[in-house]
Amino acid sequence: MNRLLRFLFFGVVVRIVVLCLLGLNVRHRERLPAQGPAILAANHNSHLDTMVLISLFPLRLLPRIRPAAAMDYFLRNKWLAWFALNIIGIIPVARKPETSVDVISCRASKPIHPLQGCKDALKCGDILIFFPEGTRGEPEQRAKFKSGIAHLVEHHPEVPVIPIFMHGLGKALPRGESLLVPFFCDVFVGEALHWSGSRVDFMLNLEQGMEKLEGEGEFNKWE
Amino acid sequence: MINLAVKPNVIWAVGGIFSLLLLASIIVSLLQWRNPHKDYRELRLRVNSWWGMIIVFTLAMVLNRRLSLVFFGMVSFLALKEYLSLIPTRRADRRVLVWAYLSIPLQYYWIHQEWYGMFIIFIPVYAFLFMPMRMVMIGETKEFLRAASTLHWGLMVTVFSLSHLSFLLALPEERNPMGGGAGLVLFLVFLTEFNDVAQYVWGKLLGRHKIVPKVSPNKTWEGFLGGVATTLLCAWLIAPFLTPLSMPHSLIIGIIIPIAGFVGDVVISAVKRDIGVKDSGSLLPGHGGILDRIDSLTYTAPLFFHFMRYFYFQS
Repeated sequence: MNRLLRFLFFGVVVRIVVLCLLGLNVRHRERLPAQGPAILAANHNSHLDTMVLISLFPLRLLPRIRPAAAMDYFLRNKWLAWFALNIIGIIPVARKPETSVDVISCRASKPIHPLQGCKDALKCGDILIFFPEGTRGEPEQRAKFKSGIAHLVEHHPEVPVIPIFMHGLGKALPRGESLLVPFFCDVFVGEALHWSGSRVDFMLNLEQGMEKLEGEGEFNKWE
Repeated sequence: MINLAVKPNVIWAVGGIFSLLLLASIIVSLLQWRNPHKDYRELRLRVNSWWGMIIVFTLAMVLNRRLSLVFFGMVSFLALKEYLSLIPTRRADRRVLVWAYLSIPLQYYWIHQEWYGMFIIFIPVYAFLFMPMRMVMIGETKEFLRAASTLHWGLMVTVFSLSHLSFLLALPEERNPMGGGAGLVLFLVFLTEFNDVAQYVWGKLLGRHKIVPKVSPNKTWEGFLGGVATTLLCAWLIAPFLTPLSMPHSLIIGIIIPIAGFVGDVVISAVKRDIGVKDSGSLLPGHGGILDRIDSLTYTAPLFFHFMRYFYFQS
């Protein structure tokens, strides 16, 4: 039942909002992975980011696509948790280390690594959506990347990381707003990155890959 | 059998347009076959996008009038969205932009009601007065004048000007027994777009002397004049089948449309140059965005409409 709802949600609702109300300008679509495991590392401005990224893929891949999302935010009440886990299909990530994890996993309460869910998904061959900024932050301003993603790739060095730069979604639905304003949005897909042997190197590569993508477009400041 | 909403002459005209398009596709294929090493991808993309646009346009025009209005409203929406995505907007004005979008269904509703008085003042008067008021309520004064004026300019171009095309459908059919409202729309859209193509082709063939080098370096006097001559000839030939235009009037329109179309084109070019982009978007492969395609129409539609209304549809 939830599976069907998820298909309907992404196949109908999200597609209408993303393709008709917003409208995407996708560059280098061919660089998207055809199958998992893979990590999509995108900048984060809006709740719409996840919807847009999922809508880039054909519906038959939907069960394979898993966004990593903050546990403290998305599991804060029962209804949101149901929606986030079953419809969006998130993998909850504990942003603060002291948060206990057993609420979702219902397994033993021994401390689990916050990114364990992500690692398991990659092991299953899923396509993981990851926002290395950790939060939406100020709209249309990129914050420094956190190194959790390097930790993931270090454990799964065979998994390609595809940087994706998005612009415009922070204007359409920024943090703290509930009214969606239509804007055309840019989605620039970058070349796949691979584990380079050190976390510092990898983070540098990722930041540079993202800067290069951002440089492909001309964007007005939004203030 | 579907009951079509248009006169037989319009169907013939649509048939003519599809034949022209077929001819264009054949020419592109022949060119590629004769020069296998030259890359005609851009041209092919352009022609293919024309197929898509003309098929959608034809369906919207021929099936029923309400559908035509929805279609033109969608075109206004896409154009306004493209414009607002290009220009620098202020964060404080997010909610004002929603009101700007809401003006589209209202403007097209007036057309559906054939309420000319409201249609003609809604954007220039009511929207013009309302938007700054809404902005004042938010209270951000930095760059206020720039934000208010760019927003209103966008509404005038993408909603007000463009909606004149649809009001042609609301003019009384019996005054144009040859083609009805759809005949007028088809006549205007065909001449405007064909003029764009003709100016481009003449410019490619003979283009030497630049006409507005600072705004649009590819535009030449040869292309412009070739376009005027071609469009004049077409207007003279087609007018008797689709419009109530007398022969002298069809010649005047045959000069107004290519000149206005050229001006609309370079005005949008100037806007894009100001912002620093080449194309207004990527909606139509080979053409760019929707504004790149309708730029000429934003000038030809109001001018043609008021010419027709003044000479043929005044009560």
